[in-house]
Amino acid sequence: MIEIDAITKVYDGTPAVDAVSLTVETGTITAIVGTSGSGKTTLLRMINRLVEPSSGEVRINGEPTTGLPKVTLRRRIGYAIQGHGLFPHHSVARNIGAVPRLLGWPRDEIRARVDELLELFSMPPDAFRDRYPGELSGGQQQRVGVARALASRPDMILMDEPFGALDPIIRTRAQEDLKRIQQALGSTILIVTHDMEEAIQLGDKVAVMDAGKLVQYAAPAEIIAKPATEFVAEMVGGVDRPLKMLSLVPVSEIVEEGAVDGPAIGAETSLRDALSTCLWSGRDALRVEREGRVVGHVTLAAIRARAEAHR
Amino acid sequence: MSWGAALRAALIALLLALVLRPDWFEPLFAPAAPAGGPVIYERASLLSLSLSHLGLVALASGAATLVAVTLAVLVTRPAGAAFRPLSRTITNIGQTFPPVAVLALAVPALGFGAGPTLVALFLYGLLPIFENAVTGLSSLPPSAMEAARGIGLNRRQRLFQVELPLALPVILTGIRLSVVIALGTATIGSTVAARTLGEVIIAGLLTNNTAYVLQGGLIVGLFAVLIYDALVQLERRLARRLGVAG
Ligand SMILES: Nc1ncnc2c1ncn2[C@@H]1O[C@H](COP(=O)(O)OP(=O)(O)O)[C@@H](O)[C@H]1O
Ligand SMILES: [Mg+2]
Repeated sequence: MIEIDAITKVYDGTPAVDAVSLTVETGTITAIVGTSGSGKTTLLRMINRLVEPSSGEVRINGEPTTGLPKVTLRRRIGYAIQGHGLFPHHSVARNIGAVPRLLGWPRDEIRARVDELLELFSMPPDAFRDRYPGELSGGQQQRVGVARALASRPDMILMDEPFGALDPIIRTRAQEDLKRIQQALGSTILIVTHDMEEAIQLGDKVAVMDAGKLVQYAAPAEIIAKPATEFVAEMVGGVDRPLKMLSLVPVSEIVEEGAVDGPAIGAETSLRDALSTCLWSGRDALRVEREGRVVGHVTLAAIRARAEAHR
Repeated sequence: MSWGAALRAALIALLLALVLRPDWFEPLFAPAAPAGGPVIYERASLLSLSLSHLGLVALASGAATLVAVTLAVLVTRPAGAAFRPLSRTITNIGQTFPPVAVLALAVPALGFGAGPTLVALFLYGLLPIFENAVTGLSSLPPSAMEAARGIGLNRRQRLFQVELPLALPVILTGIRLSVVIALGTATIGSTVAARTLGEVIIAGLLTNNTAYVLQGGLIVGLFAVLIYDALVQLERRLARRLGVAG
């Protein structure tokens, strides 16, 4: 559990982060979202003490972060910096293995871990291990930056716009990968983004920042349904709010008994995708399957009712 | 083989011949020698003079590199920033002092021989290395520096694993300038009895033997060109790796 307690950072008389308090539960993803300059990076950097707060404190599992030497604290917290921050003079393998090496892991264990992570990010180890950051595309550099943050299997990971340089398809896959890794390892992740869509997709909770202040901290559904301020409403976007809402709900929640003909969708598909499939295939109902077995069907009417429930 | 590589090989061959088989060049230099006088310098082996010349330069440049880089590291730490103007002044003085004056002043203290020459070459070599090291260490990519702190490298690890390697190409440029200056300057060391290739040139000047001057000058010049070239290659190789980094 990370407790951020009334933390403030003042630069030249103006607060970049203004008395922000929030608690991140262990094993969850919290997405910090806001426009550029709203203080997201500064907030994140106060957690691993790259920036010392002007006032307030951060506690990890009840212990103030000031109780540990900075270097020890930072080696415990994975950190993916905005714009990758790879060491240009080190190979991909050496970059990813940086923290395990600092922690004194045996050589072959580091090597195995590096290959495992490259595999995970769809970068064949044999092709990428010995390359230098300058020989990678922007998206590949960013994935190596994220791999470095995950390398020592830290319980806690801070990520600053880690997917900014990825194109939409790879980005969606990277988000899914991150979610999967997080669920498998039970890590606690704080991820900064300027993209509300990404925040809603990834976050168990979403923290919206505006001009240094935390304006809303809630589950994605609540952010969409009840934006606390004009600013949050604007970030969520007016017109496609129902669609964002539907994207959070799996089909399994409104599945009805009985099979129907036509195309099948998985029970974990979002209602948004189910709606899209309905419209595209011109059907009012879709068969729902889980691991190849029919579990029922979902109707266009039910999807619509669900969307309207939040109006 | 490219033109550059071919030219380099030819120059190396010429240099080796000049140093190891000076007698081959007798017909070439004969017109420049005084009538009936010796054409080829034979008072000392050119090989041993070359080695001693290079040794002095290497020793002085090595010491200058060590001192200049250490100074640059100190003044680029937050605690050392106040000393930056002072250390710049000191290294500048080292540069503006004429090497002959350094020799003249050092002889009474250190006696004749290699000592005064080493001091002069050392002082002369400091400035370019210091300036470049300061530039290199204060223009590092901010995101790599941020990452180095963020993943938990301590100060020492940051210096040796990130800062110095990233500044290396720029520091090497300073070392190259300094070495080339030292190769030329070392010749005047022979005026105070240091064993350098300057001996050949000075003997030529004293006896009006242009053949000696040409011989000594050519060897020093070739060393300078080839060493300069080798260091440029090395810098390119390093910078290419870092330079393509986004
Ligand atoms: N080191 C610093 N010195 C002065 N001002 C800073 C510094 N770092 C950030 N700021 C200011 O604090 C504000 C928030 O910056 P930042 O946390 O980087 O925002 P974000 O990550 O949300 O874009 C900005 O106005 C920025 O100019
Ligand atoms: Mg930022």
